Amino acid sequence: MIKKLIIIGIMAGVVLIFFDLFNAFTGNEVLSKTADYYARNGAKEVGASNLVTSIVVTYRGFDTLGEVTILFLTAAIISFVLKIREEDIIPNRQVRITSEILDSAAQVIVPVIFMVGIYIFVNGHLTPGGGFPGGAVIASGVLLMIMANPKFGISHTVISWVESISGVAFVILGVLGILFAGGFLDNRVLGLGDFGKLFSAGIIPIIYSFIGLKVGAELSNILGTISHAQNEKN
Amino acid sequence: MEYIAISTGFALMLLGLWGILSQKNLIKIVLGFTIFDTGINIVMVSIGYVRGKAAPILDVINPSEAVNEIVDPIPQALVLTAIVIGLGVSALMLVYVLKLHREKNSLDINSFKDLKW
Repeated sequence: MIKKLIIIGIMAGVVLIFFDLFNAFTGNEVLSKTADYYARNGAKEVGASNLVTSIVVTYRGFDTLGEVTILFLTAAIISFVLKIREEDIIPNRQVRITSEILDSAAQVIVPVIFMVGIYIFVNGHLTPGGGFPGGAVIASGVLLMIMANPKFGISHTVISWVESISGVAFVILGVLGILFAGGFLDNRVLGLGDFGKLFSAGIIPIIYSFIGLKVGAELSNILGTISHAQNEKN
Repeated sequence: MEYIAISTGFALMLLGLWGILSQKNLIKIVLGFTIFDTGINIVMVSIGYVRGKAAPILDVINPSEAVNEIVDPIPQALVLTAIVIGLGVSALMLVYVLKLHREKNSLDINSFKDLKW
């Protein structure tokens, strides 16, 4: 009873905190000042037809670098927490045989999923999507592979190389922005190209491809670690 | 339209909070956190909505008229960041749940009393 009262009290407090925000909300008729600047100058300064991408990768690119770091830290902490000692590994764990349907479907669908993921992050500056969704799609392909074959091991050498190379390339591209354009992560290192074409918006497609590879590798690494943790003796 | 979105967002936040506070199963608590997260993201996106305007993608919209045609892109960029952080946080919480389950063979939060005084 007291527990319920406390819960209701806490929820009433949260309602009280957010009530002003809800009550003062009237909807907008015009853009805010910052958004106005991006809408007026985004297309000619950055050259990406997706304005969200130009904000994420160029105007607030440093923030995205931090975001990728957080994801890397998550993957690292998960590997650390789920580490299994050599003597605790079950030598030959029996797993249930996967059904024929899942097994054959995985072989057909996985390449298609990888292709869709790559399409999403390569076209991040033109269409909705970008490095993060593309990487998540690639990791879902890896998840399907793990489900179809539970003993499928992810090669840690490949994963760590892909991840380190993309991370370092992201920073190097940012530094190139200082040397050849206006500042860190400035995308005008390459020409802006034709607005709305695949090869446009300077280095945004390259940065987003590296982000996509890095996110895909990190999420696959998390999935692989969790799958491997099942080999531990109880 | 924007009122529907913002009310849904706040309702989801309260639902998630209720889940976090009242559920006993650890996985349900983690799900409560993700629902809370989704609610906050919906609220943020709906605050950036501009009545009757389209998504900030300039493929059919002429860039020179973008000011009068698009919704606010900044909350959307922030939510993109928030979704990724939310994913990281829930992955971490689920892994801790996995580890706790190894320890006590139970998912009930009442069986973890080692640090309770």
